[in-house]
Amino acid sequence: MNQTSAIIEIRDLSYAVGGRTIFDKFDMDVARGRVTAVMGPSGTGKTTLLRLITRQVRADSGSIRVAGAELGALTHAEIFALRRRMGMLFQNGALLTDLSVFENVAFPLREHTRLDERLIRNLVLTKLQAVGLRGAAELGTAELSGGMARRVALARAIVMDPEILIYDEPFVGLDPISKGVVLRLIRRLNDALGLTSILVSHDVHEIASVADAVFLLSGGKVVAHGTPQELQSFPSEVVKQFVGGLADGPVPFHYPAPDYYGQLLARDGAP
Amino acid sequence: MNLFADLWASMSDSLVRLGDIVGFLGRIMLQVPRALLRFQLIVDQVYNAGALSLVIVMLSGLFVGMVLGLQGFELLQRFGSEQALGTAAAIGLVKELGPVVTALLFAGRAGTALAAELGLMRATDQLSAMEMMAVDPIRRVVAPRFLGGVIAMPLLAAIFSMIGIYGAQLVGVQIMKVDAGSFWSQMRASVHLIDLNEGIVKSCVFGVACSLIAVYEGYHAAPTAEGVGAATTRTVVTSAVIVLFLDYLITAFFL
Amino acid sequence: MRKSRAMNLGTGLFVLLGFAALFFLTTQTTNRGVSFHSEPHYRVTAKFDNIGDLKVGAPVSMAGVEIGRVVGIGFDSRDYKAVVAMNLNAKYNQIPTDSDASIYTQSLLGGKFVGISPGGAETYLKNNDQIAFTQSAFVLENLIGQFLANFGKSSDHSKSAAGAGGQVK
Repeated sequence: MNQTSAIIEIRDLSYAVGGRTIFDKFDMDVARGRVTAVMGPSGTGKTTLLRLITRQVRADSGSIRVAGAELGALTHAEIFALRRRMGMLFQNGALLTDLSVFENVAFPLREHTRLDERLIRNLVLTKLQAVGLRGAAELGTAELSGGMARRVALARAIVMDPEILIYDEPFVGLDPISKGVVLRLIRRLNDALGLTSILVSHDVHEIASVADAVFLLSGGKVVAHGTPQELQSFPSEVVKQFVGGLADGPVPFHYPAPDYYGQLLARDGAP
Repeated sequence: MNLFADLWASMSDSLVRLGDIVGFLGRIMLQVPRALLRFQLIVDQVYNAGALSLVIVMLSGLFVGMVLGLQGFELLQRFGSEQALGTAAAIGLVKELGPVVTALLFAGRAGTALAAELGLMRATDQLSAMEMMAVDPIRRVVAPRFLGGVIAMPLLAAIFSMIGIYGAQLVGVQIMKVDAGSFWSQMRASVHLIDLNEGIVKSCVFGVACSLIAVYEGYHAAPTAEGVGAATTRTVVTSAVIVLFLDYLITAFFL
Repeated sequence: MRKSRAMNLGTGLFVLLGFAALFFLTTQTTNRGVSFHSEPHYRVTAKFDNIGDLKVGAPVSMAGVEIGRVVGIGFDSRDYKAVVAMNLNAKYNQIPTDSDASIYTQSLLGGKFVGISPGGAETYLKNNDQIAFTQSAFVLENLIGQFLANFGKSSDHSKSAAGAGGQVK
């Protein structure tokens, strides 16, 4: 699959919640230095996968190795140290509402370092410049549009110069211009900073333009992986339906229901 | 029979919740020493919990004191003891009404604000984001808010009692013509430091209870609109019940 | 940053107000008041057969004017009397040594206080003097006992009077 080493290796991952199996002997490799996309229909557990990788939740069984360290064996302090090497962009930005844009981006620096105030200021402004929002540094979070908020969150995610950057549904709710901005940032940051980027999304077209490798999830397993071009012609009904945006296929159009005529004609009005 | 089963279920739920709340207190206390290092955060929270509650506490204190003056005067007059109004007002306020009414007002104003704020932070993933940035949300967000409430409560109760006594004096001396000298001297003769201590202990304990319940409910709120609403409601209800229960315990303890 | 400064100011004011309230409650409502300690005083004692429920901190007055406070209550096991220690305001240093101290009740529900009626001597009470003439507190049970005893006696009289006057038809 890849000659470069994998920075994240997942083997035999199993995870169930509330009786529902989300992952069943799941395998995945994330290549170092590349943009890897994780796609799938709603509810397949893409966000859960991110939580498992960052150990916000613990797997039931299986192994997840991040940068060579086995997640299940790490102590709380070690996990916190590992998380400092990762940056995460949440679906709605998750900015701290009582802080300004500047303070939001400066937050990790203030919490984890004892840097001089001038140095913090320079770092923050540099990162804001990278996402194109240096002029918005003094705004409050309420004054930002959705796209701007996400860019600020991105600046915050890279302020500690992480090795891995994780994007949870970064295109949701954005207008085409903002989407274009985010796409450009994902690619440029990944290449310029030598990051590994993991992208969870279901926007097929956006992913096709930015990802190096794609994993398609369904039913708790990887049903397809490869480059975006390979996926377009992947010989599988599941993949074809997803990539083509077809209304009916392996994922059915109709929610399971009793016989149609039988229900319409039922005498006693039973549902 | 179903009634008993339901009753037992809700009682054991409440006990479990009580255990969770105490466990949460333990987690907060562990983080308090490091939280104290960011003193500015705590000062901000004392402002939110205390200074912003000043208006309602002072107004309520005034009216409660005035009612106390009125009712107390009417009652004592039946025994010809209206000169003891000062004592009655002071003891009633300092030992009971001050701590308890302030705690209930605090739960309603500051407690719900705390719960809603934390609940909203939970719902918008801010707390998860903090965990992802390797910042312990309990140290950064919960502990300062808890400490802010704990510091603010006794001060609010003292202010309530002070304004209440003046309210009682306003009604008793100015309107009902109780002798001002008797009002104050009888009070001074009959109110002892132990009474004041009881009031201070109560307001401190209530402060811990109300702040704890508020941050607990907010932190563990379901990340939806209904979840935040339910958390704020539960904050007020649970705080009220616990405060009144603790009031009895502490009163009995001091007697 | 600007918001922070206003907040800090507000918090500071609030905390100040809170402590002022605590100070007020401690000093102005209890008998450990600051106002009294600052005035000079002298100490006298008096022995009573029964002090009733006189409490420490009760006022000591003369002609209805408060001139001091009860600061200590003890018991003398040699003559089985209560010893009451009082601090009198140094302003009132012309109280005759043969004055008498009695324990009165303030009102129906009120507490007891010590009232001093002046005597005629030309020497005045000084620090550590003892008031010789005292009258004990009024105890309700004793009065009821007396009343019942008197009532019993007078009804005996009227019975014998009726008996002597022959039967009334």
